[in-house]
Amino acid sequence: MSRPDQHKHGLVPGLVKGMATTARTMTSHAHTQEYPDVKPELPPRSRGVIALLAENCTSCMLCARECPDWCIYIDSHKETIPAGPEGGRDRQQNVLDRFAIDFSLCMYCGICIEVCPFDALFWSPEFEYAETDIRDMLHEKDRLGEWMATVPPPPATDPGAQ
Amino acid sequence: MSHDVVEVVLRAVCVLAAFLVLPLVVGQTEHKVMAHMQGRLGPMYPGGFHGWAQLVADGVKFAQKEDIVPIAADKRVFRLAPALGIVAYLLALAVIPLDAHVFGANVDDGLIWAIAVTGIGTVGTLMAGWSSGNKYALIGAMRSAAQLLSYELPLILSCASFAIAAGSLSLVGIAHAWTPWWLLWQLPGAIVFLVAATAELQRVPFDAPVADSEVVMGPYTEYTGLRFAFFLLAEYAGIVVMSLLLAVLYLGGWTGPFDGYLGWLWTLLKGFLFALIIIWMRVSWPRLREDQLQRVAWLGLVPLALLQLAITAVGVVLTA
Ligand code: SF4
Ligand code: SF4
Repeated sequence: MSRPDQHKHGLVPGLVKGMATTARTMTSHAHTQEYPDVKPELPPRSRGVIALLAENCTSCMLCARECPDWCIYIDSHKETIPAGPEGGRDRQQNVLDRFAIDFSLCMYCGICIEVCPFDALFWSPEFEYAETDIRDMLHEKDRLGEWMATVPPPPATDPGAQ
Repeated sequence: MSHDVVEVVLRAVCVLAAFLVLPLVVGQTEHKVMAHMQGRLGPMYPGGFHGWAQLVADGVKFAQKEDIVPIAADKRVFRLAPALGIVAYLLALAVIPLDAHVFGANVDDGLIWAIAVTGIGTVGTLMAGWSSGNKYALIGAMRSAAQLLSYELPLILSCASFAIAAGSLSLVGIAHAWTPWWLLWQLPGAIVFLVAATAELQRVPFDAPVADSEVVMGPYTEYTGLRFAFFLLAEYAGIVVMSLLLAVLYLGGWTGPFDGYLGWLWTLLKGFLFALIIIWMRVSWPRLREDQLQRVAWLGLVPLALLQLAITAVGVVLTA
């Protein structure tokens, strides 16, 4: 019936201890963050939303291909830059027409950001972009670019990091 | 003659007002106290100041909900059940005196009346469980009936102790007979009363009949909207009734400084103290298992209540 630990902490001391704990919690400060009134302080590495620095993007498609959800949509075309007056060859350049991330599919794994060789994608702690319709969660290049302003400076490396 | 009628109507209206306001006060206190005991803030928005209107908003929400009666339910009984709990506690509240002259109705055997009608509330629970046509509701109702059977005895025994000590069954008489010496003399009885009352109200740690992790919401599982709200109101009205009753029996009701004109306030404050303890227990303690619950009643409370009766009897004989 009675386990050995019941002898150590009897019923009544246990009950009193429970009441003491709740009383102590009541007199100390509540942990509640009053979110809409007080903005939360998020750590710099928070995965809020993915921002795009379109100037850096070369339309290499690596992110779109590595994305486990296939929720990155990229359209681009090649433009030819004619050779200069000094001669030489015409050069070709990728122009980004469309870059969109469907945040209703995105699982915030961050693979796209890790895989981008040109530092065009960044995490932003911004998280207030809820929509009432799931189809409105597909955000295009312009919107992704607006979030660049909210990207924090990269945190200092840990002591001892190489 | 007409003067009497006016007085009766006036007293009835006051009791009804108290019945509608006091449970909300207790409920709001529970919202806030429980939140802070758990390190939260609780409701903050309704009404502007620290969410004081939360329960009003809840009431509006309940009133808007669809009133669903299950096909398998025994419909008339199902519809009637919520009323029973409400009426029971309303009748009990009517006889509890806040002051020597502030009460709904002066019943000579007020104590017996109060204890008798509060038991009716459980019949409502039983009806709800039986008529719902739901196995969880039925199990919950059976548990609640078993609980009433085992806890009503210590409750009545402890009440008997107060009555013997005062030599009266009238609540006004008991409060008049009170002396500070009761605080020690009747302490075991008060503890028994508090525990048994908590059990009869089906509150933590005696909430096995409505244990959400075992039987969903027990007898109230199938209820929605206003009928469900009535059960909640009955629960909090029950806390009010039991707390005020204990305040009158054990703490001398309106006895206190300036009790000439502030007596009613003293009764309310003392009752509020017990309501706070009931809330505090809910936050601090886990739920008792069904067999532990019976064990506490028969092996703990009944002997303690009998002991209290013996102590009271000895005290009365010695001081007589
Ligand atoms: S975070 Fe992951 S799921 Fe979201 S777009 Fe990037 S790769 Fe795809
Ligand atoms: S991996 Fe980087 S550079 Fe390549 S398409 Fe994606 S965002 Fe643009």
